[in-house]
Amino acid sequence: MVMTDPNMEGRFGEFGGRFVPETLIPACEELETAFREAWADPSFVNEFHRILTDYGGRPSPLTECYRLSEQLGVRILLKREDLNHTGSHKINNVIGQALLARRMGKSRLVAETGAGQHGVATATAAALLDMDCKVYMGQVDVERQELNVFRMHLLGSEVEAVSSGSQTLKDAVNEALRDWVATVENTHYCLGSVMGPHPYPWMVRTFHHVIGDEAHEQCLKLMNRVPDVVVACVGGGSNAAGIFSGFADTDARLVGVEPAGGAAVGRGVPGVVHGMNSYLMQDEVGQVQEAESISAGLDYPGVGPEHAYLSSIGRAEYPAVNDQEVVEAFQLLSKTEGIIPALESAHALAWVVREAPALQGQAVLLNLSGRGDKDVDQMMDVLGTESNQ
Amino acid sequence: MNLNTDVGRMESVLRGRRDDGAKLLVVYITGGYEGWEAAVETAAAAGADAIEIGIPFSDPVMDGPVIQEASQAALEAGATPASVLAAVPNLDTGVPHAVMTYYNLAHHPGHERFAATLANSAIDAAILPDLPLVESGPWRQAASEAGVETIMLAAPTTPDDRLPELCAASKGFVYAVGLLGVTGERSALASTATQIAQRCKSVTDKPVLVGVGIGSPEQAVEASVVADGVIIGSAVVRRLLDGGGADGVGELVASYRAALDAG
Repeated sequence: MVMTDPNMEGRFGEFGGRFVPETLIPACEELETAFREAWADPSFVNEFHRILTDYGGRPSPLTECYRLSEQLGVRILLKREDLNHTGSHKINNVIGQALLARRMGKSRLVAETGAGQHGVATATAAALLDMDCKVYMGQVDVERQELNVFRMHLLGSEVEAVSSGSQTLKDAVNEALRDWVATVENTHYCLGSVMGPHPYPWMVRTFHHVIGDEAHEQCLKLMNRVPDVVVACVGGGSNAAGIFSGFADTDARLVGVEPAGGAAVGRGVPGVVHGMNSYLMQDEVGQVQEAESISAGLDYPGVGPEHAYLSSIGRAEYPAVNDQEVVEAFQLLSKTEGIIPALESAHALAWVVREAPALQGQAVLLNLSGRGDKDVDQMMDVLGTESNQ
Repeated sequence: MNLNTDVGRMESVLRGRRDDGAKLLVVYITGGYEGWEAAVETAAAAGADAIEIGIPFSDPVMDGPVIQEASQAALEAGATPASVLAAVPNLDTGVPHAVMTYYNLAHHPGHERFAATLANSAIDAAILPDLPLVESGPWRQAASEAGVETIMLAAPTTPDDRLPELCAASKGFVYAVGLLGVTGERSALASTATQIAQRCKSVTDKPVLVGVGIGSPEQAVEASVVADGVIIGSAVVRRLLDGGGADGVGELVASYRAALDAG
């Protein structure tokens, strides 16, 4: 298997590990043990899947895009994670982690969020399981994702705007880690992507494995084969890890699309921050750089260590698209299929559109990781009166 | 792993002071922050037994608001590892120097190169708070070969079965993290401070210093009943942020020195 368990040190190849203050090491070990035990316990796994089904709305459908396929000459299949409760794939991971936190006797969740999708999902799980919740969000993101901030408040969570550093996702992670260092005895850090110290990258991918499993089965049912290409956007890389894990052992080409202003894998320089050794955008001495992207959810200078590994062994490729291509893809899907995608997910489509001449006649499975409702305010500003045309 | 077990300058100086009956005082100052060099010299003159020089990092996860603010200001003023380290050999302190920074700044240039740079910059020891024992082997090896002591942090959450190994791995002194949390002053000494100091003392004869959360000379004295001394950082850096300058730092350090000497 390509996407197998990490080794005993929590590494995928040379990437991963557990680079956190000593204070947190016992908590990471406790979490790893609890996760191993829970995932081997049918009652835990059954409850996880029951909630994802009865509450989350799984399985998410596979939608064939007839009009878009005809226009591009590429058979496009969307895995509809946008239709999950809370509007993105994020719910899979938070249900898993919140159940695990409860099983470990923790009464409080902390989380970081960029676009607000993971924050909303964590606040939702906290409401469902009656836990306290605090979400850290960069000041810049609080301003551009006002609606999600209000949603989190409605769900009973506290939202703290982070005004240090670049005031985006990476600083929200720093602040969540600082909170966890001080509250580790009663608090679980509900990390939102396949990043951070071991066991997070592995655990979060495992909770999202359901995306790849369902999609694999749905593709076989529809086409009697796997797609030629599986494509997903990559910030930290959780939705990509989820869908890749269903196809890593097939012949399908795996493509993770990064924003041009946050292309950690593309630049290919290893670094250590937020508990992991992975590819990291950094300056010539090792200071972490600030990512810049139109999508708050991909505004992250690092990437999950398993993606660094998949890139290093040549199993997956990580091209980048620019903001303009993303804006065009966002409009394209809206107009041809009646689906407004999250700006994050529009990155994956932007790559397909650009590469369409080379993909003629191929079947492409695209993970539509989230819906675009949260982005319409921002897009009104970007597009201005163009939307009236 | 066969790590060099020779005692370095940091440990021998601190041991010597302790064995003379003194309680130890280590003072942290953010390198690159306006006026830091004068503050370092004044702190040493006012009675610090060693100086910890922060090399500012973009993502200081173990630091609270005061040191974050100083680090960010230093970075915005153009501080780099090279600019901070280049200034150290010219500082007139007469005491050992440690750097406190984050692991990526050692990882990026490579362990050997970073360790050599430290050794050539009048740095005796290094503290990397996001490099826990389990990940620290390769760095400690490289540092040891370059003659740099790696000071390890023992946390209140560190289990008994790991503490002896952690204290054995630590060179220079053992940094006993006084509470669950990031750097910063607190209104009272946490009960965890004396507990972790006691637990470390029971497994090592290296100097054990309590850091994180020391907010007053009285708290320093209280922690030093069990510990061999304390590390103060945020209280000092706050003086700089508030415009107290080197004189303010000297005054503050002198007050801790006097309290520790009086017991």
